[in-house]
Amino acid sequence: MGMTTLKGKAMNLRLGIDVGGTNTDAVVLDEKANLLARFKSPTTPDVTSGIRNALAGLVERHPELNLGAIRYAMLGTTHCTNAILERRKLNRVGILRIGAPATLAIPPLVGWPPDLRDAIGGHYVIVEGGHEYDGREIRPLDTKAIREAAKTFRGKVDSVAVVGVFSPVDFSHEERAADILRDVLGDIPITLSHEIGSIGLLERENASILNAAVIDAARTAATGFAQALSEHGIRAEMFFSQNDGTLMALEYAIRYPILTVASGPANSIRGAAFLSGLRDAIVVDVGGTSTDVGILVNGFPRESSIAVEIGGVRTNFRMPDLISIALGGGTRIHRSLDGLRIGPDSVGYRITEEAYVFGGQTLTLSDIAVAAGLASIGDPRRVEDLDRGLVREVIDKVRRLVEDTIDRIKTSAEPMPVVLVGGGSVIVPPGLAGAAEIYRPENYDVANAIGAAIAQCSGEIERIFSLDELTREQALEMAREMARQEAIRAGAHPETVEIVDVIEVPLAYLPGNATRIRVRAAGDLALITSHS
Amino acid sequence: MPWELTHEDIERIAIGAGILGTGGGGNPYRGKIRAQLNLEQGYRLTVVGLDELPDEALVVPLGGMGAPTIGMEKIGRGDEGRVAVEVLQDRLGVEVAATVPIEIGGGNSFAPIIAAAQLGLPTVDADGMGRAFPETQMISYYFDGIAPSPVVMVDSQHRTFVLEHVEETRLLERIARSICVQLGGSAMVANAPLTMARLRETCVPGTLTLAHRVGDAVMTAQQRGNDPIDAVCKVTGGQVLFTGKVTDVNRRVERGYNFGRLTLAGLDRRWGATATIELQNEYLICRVDGEIVAIVPDLITLVDSERGLPITTEVVRYGMRVTVLGIPAPPQLTTERALRYVGPQAFGYNERYVPLDKSS
Repeated sequence: MGMTTLKGKAMNLRLGIDVGGTNTDAVVLDEKANLLARFKSPTTPDVTSGIRNALAGLVERHPELNLGAIRYAMLGTTHCTNAILERRKLNRVGILRIGAPATLAIPPLVGWPPDLRDAIGGHYVIVEGGHEYDGREIRPLDTKAIREAAKTFRGKVDSVAVVGVFSPVDFSHEERAADILRDVLGDIPITLSHEIGSIGLLERENASILNAAVIDAARTAATGFAQALSEHGIRAEMFFSQNDGTLMALEYAIRYPILTVASGPANSIRGAAFLSGLRDAIVVDVGGTSTDVGILVNGFPRESSIAVEIGGVRTNFRMPDLISIALGGGTRIHRSLDGLRIGPDSVGYRITEEAYVFGGQTLTLSDIAVAAGLASIGDPRRVEDLDRGLVREVIDKVRRLVEDTIDRIKTSAEPMPVVLVGGGSVIVPPGLAGAAEIYRPENYDVANAIGAAIAQCSGEIERIFSLDELTREQALEMAREMARQEAIRAGAHPETVEIVDVIEVPLAYLPGNATRIRVRAAGDLALITSHS
Repeated sequence: MPWELTHEDIERIAIGAGILGTGGGGNPYRGKIRAQLNLEQGYRLTVVGLDELPDEALVVPLGGMGAPTIGMEKIGRGDEGRVAVEVLQDRLGVEVAATVPIEIGGGNSFAPIIAAAQLGLPTVDADGMGRAFPETQMISYYFDGIAPSPVVMVDSQHRTFVLEHVEETRLLERIARSICVQLGGSAMVANAPLTMARLRETCVPGTLTLAHRVGDAVMTAQQRGNDPIDAVCKVTGGQVLFTGKVTDVNRRVERGYNFGRLTLAGLDRRWGATATIELQNEYLICRVDGEIVAIVPDLITLVDSERGLPITTEVVRYGMRVTVLGIPAPPQLTTERALRYVGPQAFGYNERYVPLDKSS
């Protein structure tokens, strides 16, 4: 896939922007997924200006681009992820759980890292109410207690998460609670748990709380993105990439931002698959701060089977199976009497000021890579005097770290192809044990942005089926077919559509064996498949 | 020597009991968190060996009843077990010395330990199944056919039921289950105390320690980068029955149980094969391409293929990559008498019990 210029031709272009810890990358692809333009620019502390800079740089570098032809704009951003990981700019969340006296054995926020708990304020109230599995009330909803709870939240919280026992079966208590909360607190963002997850109170509650905590971060990202686009007169449909590698319309992303927090890894794995053309491989994505190692099975990121933690909090999202280690181009090398230590801290986006090769005073992995002849960035003369023994020792340690991580993610001992992507991947030395072959495809350093730009189209349906006239298998097949059609309508190529999720909640309170079925299907954009 | 559980012990027992629990016995994560919260509140969670209490000491078998899916969502109040034991003591005018699990499972291994801890008592290192089963007559303590009396049931609203003089264990189970359904599908149940002498005769011994060993094998393998599934097989004498991806979860709550069937599509060496697993709270029959490869009372258990962690019937879902393990049942469950209560016919299947091939 080379750079092609198709000047003036009327086409539907796709803009992909990926915000990483170190760089913000922007790419433009045409309908056939040819890369027309790319630009890398440092991520900024406020993230938003980094997006603007990347876009401005892209436009300046490629004056031939027909910006009016950009139909879709995809953003994969770390706004929300960073807010959670760094415990910064989080909303203070009021948590209202409906279910007492049931559920008192495990209060909200149990098992959360204390600093994250502190950052969101830790305000929770458990009131009487909620439902049984068959739709009966556990207790009548204690509206008075909710009103009292709302008063204690006043001035102390920026958003509220409402979680009712068995709300996926009957969400009326959650909705009534939201009305009371709005009545007392005015226009405050409220996350209702039945909109975020399915059966499994604690995991759904955790996800709802995190969602409520990143509402502002998501709004900032969305506003910044929209502004940056409009500054260049780009009138495209805006999407955020989701955890499972599919897209989410902007207005949804603002309401359910938690569904976007792990989109980065999904983008990089899919981008690596696309660039390398491989269906089965290990993907090593090295950024400035960290390395994510994932695995590609049959063209899709392998999903994690176990409860996924976000920022140390247990949730039940579907996410790529991934191991992250603190290793990147900006990772600092510490030398002391005890010996040599790599990281875990990184200079991050300040690499272009602080690294030796850029005239700075901090020894980073990028400096070592330049000294070892693995990379040519900055001024190599600035690392000429580095002790050769030191350089060798660091390179050996990096190799072992990466080899260990590859070994951990594999399910069999057989060597697999390894695809290196990400701007920091120059620090990975050649000849890794456990790797059948090593690929570093062209444009490896903007794989994430490409992954965002080619994100899959998905379709979802949710319907209640009565199993009086249909067998369960017929109902499921109907639901699957409807989801497939939705995905195709959203632009997916019919041959690539796969069912990515099926959730069934039997509704024992309705006559006739009713069951609620939710199916999600996703596929590649029509024209991208023919390419890879 | 009494064994005081630490945070780390609880972690290991939760994993091991989840694996031995054959998909049932309550959610391992919730069980673990509840036990650890009790520890943090200052309660001492103590386990004693079968030889550490005198013959005449009274021991209460205790555990949660209900559909695992409900326990995932409607978590308890936290003191139901303590209340049930107190009601039992009042009713009988006795002091009990300890509790004992009725079954080994992610939640039901901890329920008696938590109840005992809140009363300042220990829990005996044994259970009545060496795994998990859905019904009262399937507990080895009652294989003689004599039903426990009284039986106390308590729910999260402290609604309390005392069942007395119901002489037939299956009838007792049906009555208790009806009450459980009316209570919203979950209740804590404390059965009449057994003497220590009787417990020693009828129990599956040492199962809390076994759960700990299984959990420890998994965690140690994970830390050392070894295959955790191999490690489980070594400790339990088990074998891998199937490796695949879950392609259908047909799971419903009926009459207070989880009922259903899983379908798995083969991966790796099993590419192209299909497995089905029948479930009634627990995994009961595993078929590969239509042929039975394991059947109750042998243990059929699901673990995630990478980390060897248990996947119980309430959390299994579409798309998960799992390994199905078969583990030979403890000898107490495979006698002719025991099979009447826990063999395939007891679950309404016509198939005969054929023990797992121990040679493979």
